[in-house]
Amino acid sequence: MKFGVVVFPGTWSDRDCGWVVDQVLGADLTYLWHKDADLKGVDCVILPGGFAYGDYLRTGAIARFAPVMEQIGEFADRGGLVWGICNGFQVLCEAGLLPGALIRNASLEFRCEWTNLVVERTDLPFTSKCAEREVLRVPIAHGEGSYFADPATLSRLEQRGQVVFRYCDPSGRVVPGANPNGSLHNIAGIINARGNVLGMMPHPERCSEAELGGTDGLKLFRSVAEGGLKVLVS
Amino acid sequence: MIVRVIVTPKPVVNDPQGVTVKQGLASLGFREVTDVRIGKYIEMNLDTSSEHEARQLVEAMCRQLLANHVIEDFQFDIDPEHKRR
Repeated sequence: MKFGVVVFPGTWSDRDCGWVVDQVLGADLTYLWHKDADLKGVDCVILPGGFAYGDYLRTGAIARFAPVMEQIGEFADRGGLVWGICNGFQVLCEAGLLPGALIRNASLEFRCEWTNLVVERTDLPFTSKCAEREVLRVPIAHGEGSYFADPATLSRLEQRGQVVFRYCDPSGRVVPGANPNGSLHNIAGIINARGNVLGMMPHPERCSEAELGGTDGLKLFRSVAEGGLKVLVS
Repeated sequence: MIVRVIVTPKPVVNDPQGVTVKQGLASLGFREVTDVRIGKYIEMNLDTSSEHEARQLVEAMCRQLLANHVIEDFQFDIDPEHKRR
């Protein structure tokens, strides 16, 4: 299993993701520069957190025009695994690879704190190591992570079970008080209809070692590393 | 010619900046303000002499980049007589 971590000018979580892949997981790692015109044979592309191209105009608005994004779009069309974390989620929405958009937190604050996420899908290559409705403790760090979609899109996401993670309390109840940013339906992460493109605001790469206060994030990396190969790239 | 684009959050999208500014105005005594929405102003200079062409170009720019149709509306006006300073 080979992971490719995308680096845009302004990306800041690339080395954190790379560290988990390379040092914690022991999987193959390569970095993909935003100007790269090929994906170097990777099996999973990670779009990490940060402020790609300064997030000028809107978060992710400029990043989606990077040469590497065209390759990532074709890779996703072929069934390749694409995983957007924080700014990566924003980029995937701007690129149209995931529905909806991320807007300014309802509090107007940049929120940097631990959150609880209930896992609503465990049949995905990203979550196969999680238990049914398991609660993961994963930190967030964003100013614009409030998930928005129009009512029709939102009900389609719910009907098709495309909501993967929801902010919840420590016991797994999805309550307004557990929502750190005003996301509709407490949405923290969604998957595309095909099940190979995941976007999430919380940072699993920041809780993949006990030294960092938690290892729940590693379950997602392990899921991809050990189960991802079963997903056939046609 | 000069083009002025205004991008605003759609009415259904929560605009916490607008709400906060409205509260700020109320605390200054401007209690007549019933709603505030905050958007973006984009001014461009276009090298074309056809207003019709300019309209089509700006429409395309708004759809492809300047506004995100999921969360934003846009409007623009074109001033064929003036150039951007």
